[in-house]
This record gives sequence, structure tokens and C-alpha cells, in this order.
Amino acid sequence: MADHLYGFDTLCLHAGHIPDAATGARALPIYQTTSFVFDSADHAASLFNLQTFGNVYSRISNPTVAALEERVAALEGGRAGLAAATGMAAQMTALLTLCRAGDHLVASRTLYGGTYSQFAVTFAQFGIDVTFVDPDDPENFRRARKGNTKALYAETIGNPQLNIADLDALATIAHDAGIPLVIDNTLASPYLCRPIEHGADIVVHSLTKYLGGHGTTMGGILVESGKFPWDNGNFPQMTEPSRGYHGVRFYETFGDFGFTMKARMETMRTLGPTLSPLSAFLLLQGIETLHVRMPRHCESTLAIAQHLSEHPQIAWVNYPLLSGNRYEALARKYLPSGASGILTFGVKGGAEAGVRFIESVQMLSHLANVGDAKSLVIHPASTTHRQLSEDEQRAAGVLPEMIRLSVGLESLSDILWDLDQALNNSQ
Amino acid sequence: MNITDDIAGLRRILTRYRSIAVVGISANWYRPSYFAAKYMLDHGYQIFPVNPNYSEVLGRKCYPTIAAIPESVDIVDCFRKPAEMVPLAHEAVAKGAKVLWMQLGIRNDEAAMIASAAGLDVVMNHCVKIEHARILGGLNWAGVNTGVISSRRA
Ligand SMILES: Cc1ncc(COP(=O)(O)O)c(C=O)c1O
Repeated sequence: MADHLYGFDTLCLHAGHIPDAATGARALPIYQTTSFVFDSADHAASLFNLQTFGNVYSRISNPTVAALEERVAALEGGRAGLAAATGMAAQMTALLTLCRAGDHLVASRTLYGGTYSQFAVTFAQFGIDVTFVDPDDPENFRRARKGNTKALYAETIGNPQLNIADLDALATIAHDAGIPLVIDNTLASPYLCRPIEHGADIVVHSLTKYLGGHGTTMGGILVESGKFPWDNGNFPQMTEPSRGYHGVRFYETFGDFGFTMKARMETMRTLGPTLSPLSAFLLLQGIETLHVRMPRHCESTLAIAQHLSEHPQIAWVNYPLLSGNRYEALARKYLPSGASGILTFGVKGGAEAGVRFIESVQMLSHLANVGDAKSLVIHPASTTHRQLSEDEQRAAGVLPEMIRLSVGLESLSDILWDLDQALNNSQ
Repeated sequence: MNITDDIAGLRRILTRYRSIAVVGISANWYRPSYFAAKYMLDHGYQIFPVNPNYSEVLGRKCYPTIAAIPESVDIVDCFRKPAEMVPLAHEAVAKGAKVLWMQLGIRNDEAAMIASAAGLDVVMNHCVKIEHARILGGLNWAGVNTGVISSRRA
């Protein structure tokens, strides 16, 4: 008899957590402990040898964190997940499990700025070379690939350009080269897009954004599809005896979750950017309403995009599902139920008008984050990108008059009212 | 044919039966067959190592064939190549085993048919250790998507 297949909404509430065996507690217990007792010397040996599954030390695994890992893995349709302290830590953990000094990555050049710096500055110090390409033509990834390229990397929805990656095309190019496609699915969330269904092999998230959803907690995760053939010759670290783990061959021993086990037992265990159990609990609370929040974020954002595109004080509006947007076709294909809750727009009057707009908002919060339940605005030219010259800002896709709005769950009429009064004050 | 790969069916097999012949077991502690046997031993199953190359594995007598095991066997767990499954299916039937279990990466429809026709449950292309940990607890601690959804206590 086939197993019943539960729907996405049910997985948001149940995947990864069955009531606690000891107490029957229905909510997820917070296992606020660093360490776990062994039953015997032999049990300890089995755990250290990875011959049995269990918890040793919370840098490596923790039952509260594990519930979060399984839940996100289930929502993404993946085989296994590994949580990390932040989104940056999760993508670092994924990529340092794939690459060593002398290896190469091809990445979209429209990534979140922090990710760009991680690759261009920090990975360069590790001897990992990253080529950045224009993602609008996926063939650029193929052209930039070299013999030592270990992965292709892009964001489902680029932050802050809001460009959409052609996931099917990128997956084909990656698989033609025998390397995995790694996708940052932060801005879409698995409610709007599941990149594994389009051929992605590893999905990473900043849980700090929509998955947590309330702006309370930092976190990240990597999810493995379970489908990549790690024994294709390009990843000896997956098939040869591990130096870091006394001779275990991760792919042979753990099969379709071998990559996650290697990331956990080697990269996470030795670098240590682990998620705390309390953070895992808070993020999981957020995930329980992901399927209720995301439709509202999307509906309000589309309505605001339409309102602003007819507004006399607005020069331009960028939202992938707005008709005429250059990514509309890709958005309809990959984000059929909504293009998330972020839009950018240009205020007439350039940078000064942008600053005046920001200083005039009353309910929208001026801060550097996205994906909160509350509406957030920022003027990148005077904040996150202010160290760059205007030319450099334009090259990074940041125009002087650009405002980024992350639309929250407040009454739509109140968000529109605050935008309108601040726009009037900006002129 | 009687192939089991749903959660309820695997749970029934893993809770009802207690003795396992591990055919093709390695004596190297870091090999998957040794991992699986050690795990099942630690979880209360009786393990009969089967491999003509060894006299002892896991501190237990190792038998050259399934037929040489002096006690009854519930599950014949096969760590051998797919081509060797048909003779192993016949041996499992002759031994009166209840389950023919072919490990991860191993499929053989003819062997499955032989065992199934004789009334055995058949599992193919699954690891006994991973399925035990998935359904009866432990694998979730490794962040694996177990597919287990339940409102009842673990
Ligand atoms: C698309 C994207 N990826 C990754 C990150 C990094 O996540 P974190 O801030 O949780 O480290 C961010 C954060 O803004 C982001 O927007």
C-alpha cells in the first residue's frame, strides 16, 4: 500500500516532528543542552563511528534543530537538510563541502551583496576562485565553466534586482558538466518555488527571511536533493575514505543523504557555525504559517506594484509579475502562485527624493532586512551601497532613486496610505 | 508481486521479525554491511553473519551459507550483487525465512518473484539500517526527510 502523500500546508505544520516520546508534548521541545549522555562505552563508540544515529554534542546535531532540518527538507522536496547559524553560514557550509583550494565556481553576478563579498573576498582568500556571469543568458554559465568548476550558483529571485533564474536551463548546463546546481531560494521560499523540482541539487536558504518570517531570528539551511550522482568522478571527497572521519566513504555509506552527512560531520563539525536550539524553535514557529503568510505577501505586493506604476511621483516600478516586466515570462513559469513580497521602485527626483521619502514614512520600518511580517523600506544608495560611487552603484543595479520595499502583512490600505503620504513629502 | 516499500509495511517487518542473516557481511568496521549489522545488533536483533571468507564477524560465528545457520532466520539481508539474488532467493525460501531484503542499490525482479511466490515479503533497493532508523527513530536526528508524519508519540 502506497504511503499517503501529505500536502504542502500539512508539511509546514507536521514534517520533522512527532509528539515527544517521553512526555507527549505536542509542541516541539527546546532541547537546550550542549551534550547528550551515552548509554555505554559501546554506544559511544557506535555514535562516533557513525554506525548508529544519535546525538553527541549540539555543534553536530540537536533534536530541536533536527526537526527544523527535516521540515525544510520536506518542504523543498529534498532528502536531507543541515541548519546553520545564518544564511551566510549555510551557503558557506554547502560550498566548502564541494570545493577546496584550487577549485572554481560559476555564480550569477546579481547575488545578494553579502554573498557576493563571501565569494569574491573570503573564498578568494581560501584559494577558491569564483567567476561571476550575467544570469540572463544561462549559456554564460556554460562558457565560464572550467575543468576545476565544482558548482553553479544562483538565486531563484535575485536580491535586490528581482531577476528570475532560468532554473531548468541552469540545471541542464550543470548536469552536462557533471556538477551540482546550487540555488539560494531565500526570496521565493519553498511555498512559491521548489528548485529541486527544476533540477537543482542543493538548495540554500537564509531562514532569517520568509521561512522564519517575523524578523526575530537569524538562521540558514542547506537541503540536498538526494539525486546527484556523487560517484561521477568529479567529487572524490564523496567516494574516497574520509581523512576527517576515519575512512568512512560518505556516498557509499549514506547514499542519497551522503552530502548532508559529510557537510555535517566534516564541514559543520570542524568550522562550527551551528544553529542554536532556541533559534531553531523560533524559526520553526514561523514556518508553521508559511503557507498562510506567503499568499498575502504576494497579493499585497502585486497590488502595491500596480498602484505605484500609476503614481505620478514614481518613475518606474520593478516587480517580476507586473505585466511588461522583463522577467514576467520566467516568473509565470517558476513562480506561478506569486513572485514574493519584495519590489523596487524609483522616486521621481533622484537620490535626494529617495532620502526624503525614507525620512517621511511613518509605519513602514527603515531597516536592512527583507521577508519580515512587518513592511520594511530601504534606500540602498544612501545605506547598504553608500560606500560605492554612483557608477559602481549603477553597475550593481542600484539606481540613485531606487527604494526597496519588503511588503508585510499589515492592512493593505495602511501600507498604501503610508507610501502615498511619504511620496507626497518626497517632492 | 509482494514488494514492500510503504511505511506501514516496513514497520510491520521491522517490528515483527527479530533474526537477520547478513549475507555478504564485511569484517571491516567502516564498510556499509558491517555498519548495518552493528546497528541492527545494537537495536536488539539477532544477527547471523554469512560470508565464506570469515569464521567470525562482530564477535559472532560467521557461516559460509544461509543453510549452515543452525537456527531459524526471519530476514535474509543481502549485500551481494544483483546477479547473485536468484540463488539467494532460493536459499531464503529453503531456510523458511519470512523476508528477502535486497540492500540499497540492489534490484532483481526474478529473485523477488521467487521469494514472493513462496510467501515471503520482499524489500528491494533499501538499507535495513536506514529504514529502521527512518521509521523507528534516529534518522530524523540526521536531518533526513523521513516522510513520517504522525500525531502519536514516537
Ligand atoms: C538572498 C539572500 N541570501 C542570503 C542572505 C544571507 O542570509 P543571513 O543574513 O541569514 O546570513 C540574504 C540576507 O539578506 C539574502 O537576502
